[in-house]
Amino acid sequence: MGGMIRRLGDLLAAGWLMWGPGKTGALPWHGACVVAKRELAAYFATPVAYVFIVIFLVLAGALTFTLGGFFARGQADLMPFFSFVPWLFLFLVPALTMRLWAEERRHGTIELLLTLPLPQWQAVAGKFLAAWAFCGIALALTFPLWITVNVLGNPDNGVVLTGYVGCLLVAGAYLAVGAAVSAATKNQVIAFVLAVAICFVFAAAGSPVITEFLSNRVPVMAEVARGLSVADRFGGFTRGVIALRDLVYFGSFIGFWLFVNAVVLDLKKAD
Amino acid sequence: MAALIEIEKLTKRFGAFTAVDEVSFTVDRGEVLGFLGPNGAGKSTTMRMLAGFMPPTAGTARICGADVVENGVEAKRSLGFLPEGAPTYPEMSVTGFLRFTASIRGFSGSERDDRVALAMAQTQLEGVRLQPIETLSKGFKRRVGLAQALLHDPPVLVLDEPTDGLDPNQKHEVRELIQRMAPTKAIVISTHILEEVDAVCTRAIIIARGKVIVDAPPRALEVAGQSLEQVFRTLTLGKPQEHA
Repeated sequence: MGGMIRRLGDLLAAGWLMWGPGKTGALPWHGACVVAKRELAAYFATPVAYVFIVIFLVLAGALTFTLGGFFARGQADLMPFFSFVPWLFLFLVPALTMRLWAEERRHGTIELLLTLPLPQWQAVAGKFLAAWAFCGIALALTFPLWITVNVLGNPDNGVVLTGYVGCLLVAGAYLAVGAAVSAATKNQVIAFVLAVAICFVFAAAGSPVITEFLSNRVPVMAEVARGLSVADRFGGFTRGVIALRDLVYFGSFIGFWLFVNAVVLDLKKAD
Repeated sequence: MAALIEIEKLTKRFGAFTAVDEVSFTVDRGEVLGFLGPNGAGKSTTMRMLAGFMPPTAGTARICGADVVENGVEAKRSLGFLPEGAPTYPEMSVTGFLRFTASIRGFSGSERDDRVALAMAQTQLEGVRLQPIETLSKGFKRRVGLAQALLHDPPVLVLDEPTDGLDPNQKHEVRELIQRMAPTKAIVISTHILEEVDAVCTRAIIIARGKVIVDAPPRALEVAGQSLEQVFRTLTLGKPQEHA
């Protein structure tokens, strides 16, 4: 297990190194990668990782086959699975992020981490990347669903792939929100509840209940709500469409909340 | 050449409370500065500002000429810092933890392993190198924190209570280590233990209510047959005296 994690970490690091903008010469993302590697290993050193993955897989499977009517639909696709993932992440991702900075504060290691010679944004990015990679691992472990649907019929595997990309982006968006909230409060319960609440606002903004209510009263806001909705953007991915504007949406959403995270951390690190 | 540590009118306020009030001093290569004062006097706050963790309300601090606010990463490269309570990641092994800090400091491959091995040898950690840090005793944890600070052989060392929780033998070892490194570095240690100042420091600063009230060699403090402890008590218990 340890070896696998290390290889995964190396892969992650190599990927980011190639992609990272050259700022300080040879290793621009070096610090972020080292932090990400440590964090990812820390998930697997505690029961957090196993509990999270098992609960996620059990719930995803159960919902897909019961409420989702995987067999009854008679269609070879993963639509029932994808429709539940954002709602599962709504609760599970904040559970992952609530300890992100709170734990560093509790152990006092925040003082150590932020007095090592790495720019603060790299500490923020490293923690986020580790959590994101972890969600990616959890998602990848749902592969039996994909095998099942391929055995039973001939699904469009391109659509399945874009669906998974969408899931990963939704996870990233919620993670960024959760990380920023956890930098703002020492209390893990508050961090969890606030992160769920904020993520819920973005998840539900495009739902018919909200948009109909708004279009009857303030039509302008209905468009804004739909534009900001994570669920609406995610819908495109589950239909096999990767639109540039959706990618830009998720990119700027994550970037914005990571920026908030860095600013809040700077203001509150010594509290 | 400028001193390795330069602090000028460093001030930290929390709301209406002034924790550190216009503290100024410099530390040169070869000096070991003992930072003394009662609990809550502002020792840790000053050290946190010097380490670039806490932004000062006013004033500046420079390490090897690099401003800790403006040029933080550069300043932190030349600094080995042991934060108060020697925090470490509990689930990591000693080797894993030291490798992590070494990697962030830009060491890799065999150089990283050599640095980690040397730091563990200096702090006598070889016997526990594969143990998770959370299973170690207080004294070992403190030495892991110390090893992390020494690992990159920095010109400046800032150690917040480096011997707290160590047994007398370990205290002796750490003091010898500090004395061995002293000629090539600028070292600041904070402590409650007054005989430690006598044993290792070339200079002592006593701080109370956020202000520096004494800055002198330890010998100079022991005036007129008074012990360092008596001097400390008179100075910090309300009767402010003007001193050199």
